[in-house]
Amino acid sequence: MRTITVDEAMTEALAEEMRRDPSVITFGEGVATKGYKLAQEFGTARVRNTPLAEGIIAGTAAGAAATGLRPVIDLLFAPFLTFAMDEIVNSAGKLRYLSGGQFSFPMVTISRTGAGWGVGSQHNHNIESWFVNAPGLKVVMPSTAADFKGLLKSAIRDENPVMFFADIGLLYTTGEVPETEHLVPIGKAAVRREGTDVTLVSYAKTVQTCLDAATVLEVQGLSAEVIDLRSLKPLDEETVLASVRKTGRVVIVHEASGMAGVGAEIAAIVAEKAFASLKAPIQRVTGPDVPAPASFPLEQAFVPQVGRVVDAAIKSTT
Amino acid sequence: MTTFATEIDRSVLEALETMLLIRTFEEKSAALKAAGQSPSMCTSVGQEASAAGVVGALASHDRILTNHRSAGHLLARGADPGRLFAEIMGKSTGYCKGKSGSLHISVKELGVVLTSTIVGGELSLAPGVGLGLSMAGSDAIAVVFFGDGAATEGVFHESLNLAAVWNLPILYVCENNQWQAYVHRKETMLTDYVSQWVLPYGMPARTVDGNDVQAVSAAAREAVDYVRTQRKPYFLETYTYRLRGHMEPDDQAYVDPSELASWKRKDPIATLEARLLDNDAITPLQLDVMKARVQAKIEDAAAFAIDSPYPSVDELLTDVYA
Repeated sequence: MRTITVDEAMTEALAEEMRRDPSVITFGEGVATKGYKLAQEFGTARVRNTPLAEGIIAGTAAGAAATGLRPVIDLLFAPFLTFAMDEIVNSAGKLRYLSGGQFSFPMVTISRTGAGWGVGSQHNHNIESWFVNAPGLKVVMPSTAADFKGLLKSAIRDENPVMFFADIGLLYTTGEVPETEHLVPIGKAAVRREGTDVTLVSYAKTVQTCLDAATVLEVQGLSAEVIDLRSLKPLDEETVLASVRKTGRVVIVHEASGMAGVGAEIAAIVAEKAFASLKAPIQRVTGPDVPAPASFPLEQAFVPQVGRVVDAAIKSTT
Repeated sequence: MTTFATEIDRSVLEALETMLLIRTFEEKSAALKAAGQSPSMCTSVGQEASAAGVVGALASHDRILTNHRSAGHLLARGADPGRLFAEIMGKSTGYCKGKSGSLHISVKELGVVLTSTIVGGELSLAPGVGLGLSMAGSDAIAVVFFGDGAATEGVFHESLNLAAVWNLPILYVCENNQWQAYVHRKETMLTDYVSQWVLPYGMPARTVDGNDVQAVSAAAREAVDYVRTQRKPYFLETYTYRLRGHMEPDDQAYVDPSELASWKRKDPIATLEARLLDNDAITPLQLDVMKARVQAKIEDAAAFAIDSPYPSVDELLTDVYA
């Protein structure tokens, strides 16, 4: 197994799927410029730059998906998705249902978000839960290089519109990625560390925060299990519930703000389906309900840190 | 020459019957709504020449994108009026199993591929359909119907620009019916014609009398031929008028009565009937027979829809994901 960056893993996934299936095309702002190697290999008909207009990029993807192509579009930063909400939510997400199943929309929308680059809240806003709330869409947000590759490949092969969120802070982190065909199923969480006293549930960059917290907790005599959701929709309830039934305690960690976020859904599912197993109230450690600031110390204060996760875990056990 | 004239007459008579079918269908729909037998819908009464003229110029493998005022386009394309009534009523025999209702009906088998009721939605989807056809190496074209209201959406400009830059085979048909829901076009744009906005994007743009089906038909044939052979977009504006309200029922209290009256005198169906009768292209008896045939078809279609079952509630959760 070799080690590559998340960014390389994503490019590799796209190239492999384009080689495998001539209906896969990719377009977006600077896609052919920054992805010139893809453009060289697959030609400018399949790798296209677009005007700087997210609405028409996403709408074109939806129209193309309903007409036999499998577009992968890159809208750069998640806040730019607000310009493409109609096309993604009202068209790609709903027109299959509204047509009585006559059409499907196999398309992938890539965007980046999260703290790490100090880009401020118009480039960094974790809005993944907005799309979890939209019927007809699938939503993934991986944490490891191998999952970035495997989930992107699965997303491209999926018959439905998939929102692929890439945590900015992870883009140039490295990880082991198999050189052989590697697919990760959408809708399946991963247990990153097994434990018995408390379950830490997270996704994207804060999975590592939870793993670091688990190391600290181990020193303090607490065994933490760490679950990486990977897919936010569909959500792998069973993996979460099985862990909570074992540990009786759960801390949910994500960078997006807490109110009506993915963590709120996890908390509700645990309360509905594993209440009898709970030995302590459910804890959430999330970003605050404020626009993400650019200044480094403020940005770091925005993001859940190891200390907050450790404190929440200890609180749930005392 | 005789043969040529006969062919022209036949196509005009077909267009007349299509327009009568649309008018009768929509008036029946409105009557069913008034009688409490159907949900509300948006009609295109007064705009039938645009639908009949443009759709009549298409080939069977061309694709259509339309909007919330779509019954004319669908019927001109050969949709079964019974299944359209059923869809409006939310019945299981509707083209979309009742899940669309009147507002987003698509019919894959007829090439009516995507319908969005979000004004401008169809414009955002059109370049993708054109791209799909283009990359498949087909000579098919995509036709997208929208109104002057959609032209004031930002995505109108994004769509035209991308289609021009990427050489996409799209015929843009702006049905300028003077109304944007409850707001008159003159309140929202300074030009009379949307086509005036289009030329700078780098495609041919033409406005035609949208109440004259023969003029629409001739312009549409030329436009379709351009798009099909040049593989580039073309913009055709059919200048017309929405004779009924935005949605049923609507007392049109906000409409200037003299403007409405002047457009009623230009009713596309009455105009064509008078022309054909004057030219002896149709006799009064033939016209009566045609109207009776259309009326019977619509009554049968409405009865079919009324008698059709609603979908099972199990259908609520199907068709969300492929």
